[in-house]
Amino acid sequence: MHDAAHGSADDVILRVEDLAVHYPIGGGLRGGGRRLLRAVDGVDLELKRGECLGLVGESGCGKSTVALSILGLQTPTRGRIVLDGQVVTGGQSLDRMALARIVQIVFQDPYASLNPRQSVRRTLEAPLRLHGMTAKSEIDGRIEAMLSHVGLRPEQAGRYPHEFSGGQRQRIGIARALILNPRIVICDEPVSALDVSIRAQIINLLLELKETLGLSYIMISHDLGVVEHMSDRVAVMYLGRIVESGDWREIFERPAHPYTQTLISAIPDPLRRAPLATTRGEPPSPLNPPDGCAFNPRCRHAEAVCRRAPAPSLDVRPDGHAVRCWRADEIAGQTVAEPSAAFNGSS
Amino acid sequence: MKLGTSTIIGGVLFALAIFVGLFAPWLAHTDPVMGANLMNAEEPPSWIWWFGTDAQGRDIYSRVVHGARISLTVGIVSQLVNSVIGVTLGLTAGYWGGWWDDVVNALTNLMLAIPSLIFALAIMAVLGPGLTSLLIALGLTNWSFSCRIARASALSLKSQGYVQAAKVLGYGDLRIMITQLLPNMLGPIIVISTLGMGGAILAEAALSFLGLGIRPPYPSWGSMLSEARDQITTAPWLSVFPGLAIFLTVLGLNLLGDGLRDILDPQSRSRRT
Repeated sequence: MHDAAHGSADDVILRVEDLAVHYPIGGGLRGGGRRLLRAVDGVDLELKRGECLGLVGESGCGKSTVALSILGLQTPTRGRIVLDGQVVTGGQSLDRMALARIVQIVFQDPYASLNPRQSVRRTLEAPLRLHGMTAKSEIDGRIEAMLSHVGLRPEQAGRYPHEFSGGQRQRIGIARALILNPRIVICDEPVSALDVSIRAQIINLLLELKETLGLSYIMISHDLGVVEHMSDRVAVMYLGRIVESGDWREIFERPAHPYTQTLISAIPDPLRRAPLATTRGEPPSPLNPPDGCAFNPRCRHAEAVCRRAPAPSLDVRPDGHAVRCWRADEIAGQTVAEPSAAFNGSS
Repeated sequence: MKLGTSTIIGGVLFALAIFVGLFAPWLAHTDPVMGANLMNAEEPPSWIWWFGTDAQGRDIYSRVVHGARISLTVGIVSQLVNSVIGVTLGLTAGYWGGWWDDVVNALTNLMLAIPSLIFALAIMAVLGPGLTSLLIALGLTNWSFSCRIARASALSLKSQGYVQAAKVLGYGDLRIMITQLLPNMLGPIIVISTLGMGGAILAEAALSFLGLGIRPPYPSWGSMLSEARDQITTAPWLSVFPGLAIFLTVLGLNLLGDGLRDILDPQSRSRRT
């Protein structure tokens, strides 16, 4: 296990600096007509030891690309990722084996994320052998301990994925992510493919494991309810950039960016039977971002300056709350409570 | 698990062919090459000569039984070579993509554009007749289908979560292809190989018929047909029995291949469990 005492002054276990991932799109052999899709465009993140960082945003905003870059599955165009004091990108890369022992991932779909032809034991055993654990008793002990950690019985190890329910499969996925004793786990929508009745179990399991194993999480989700429940800090992404970040209470109680405000107003509240607030229109294409602030076509507060000048850099306040908005000071703390043209009427 | 009737028939026919091939020396009545005796030339089928005899007085039954060895060896070995080539190329092309994928695709299209029998003929013409050249010729000319299937499977499987997870766990490309992709694409590969074996047996028959396969004294079903061509009206049993052997074996392989496809289909797999 990794105890928190190991980190001295530097309590930051993961730092992402100015990360950008651009994909060239189209263009023939002659290279004409080639455009750049800026999936991630200058993201800074910090994950502290033992912390859960929620990363939220609509589909296509680049949150999964950030995760892939941290996992080493996507080569960034620009920027630096520092994992546990070791630089992962930019010249002196860590090899994949070393990276595997630091950061792991829990996938969204428990049905596609387990090899149907491998028993649970093989799924957990192969990575241990690959990383140099050879003694059979040691491997068996580790697998047994991991299965009981995630709430499965050791005798279930011989079974194949199709013999388990969705929730149990996700437990196996979690066991696979933890088998190498990583320090950071990226949870990519870990409960959104599960039945609502199972979600709480898995969330509680993840929280419990974080405490007992001393893990740090990056929680990727578009479900703010899940993020609110789990995260210590929250970062909101829009069109490849972080538009707001800070302590979860600060974000949920005093959202400063209009995009965060609409996201929070869109959480269903059974006690308030008002129609839910929605954001107007679709997110713009990252191939063709709007002039000025990327959110201005959908923003209720947009003014001339928002359409003219690109959004300002993240303005970090003393309490760690950071916002990227021209009018943040004027509109901070509001939510879209009153009915307006922003409603689409469905509830 | 419920097996279809046709699968069982196919399996039994193929198993019978294997059995006959394996135990040919014990099942045969006479030596297929040396057992010539002009006193018994061109006897029609009877209780003594089950399938009749040929112009040299050799027992056709014994020759058909021994011919099973050659036909099955050619069918199985050449298809194995085809599958290994096809799966290796297709799997790596689908998984790695890029220029390698382009190269493999171009090769596959080339192979599909050339009629494989003509290509095999050309190789045989260079290598000369004989079993080894047959295996090489047929093993190098029929891998495009398994290659296509392996590539398509690799393309769809490589985005699965468990392949991503294997990468994150530090697996190398080779290990991912062998432990994660290959076991999940075996079903369709086995089906194609079974069907391909029938095709290879037919191709052997065709090449031997044309005189490019097995040299005459040794019996293969194709070369027997070729020799029997002139006597088809006077001694039809010379061509009927080797022809029947080819027909039943290939039919068996095709029925088996179709049956395996139904069994290994993902939908029926979930029903089975």
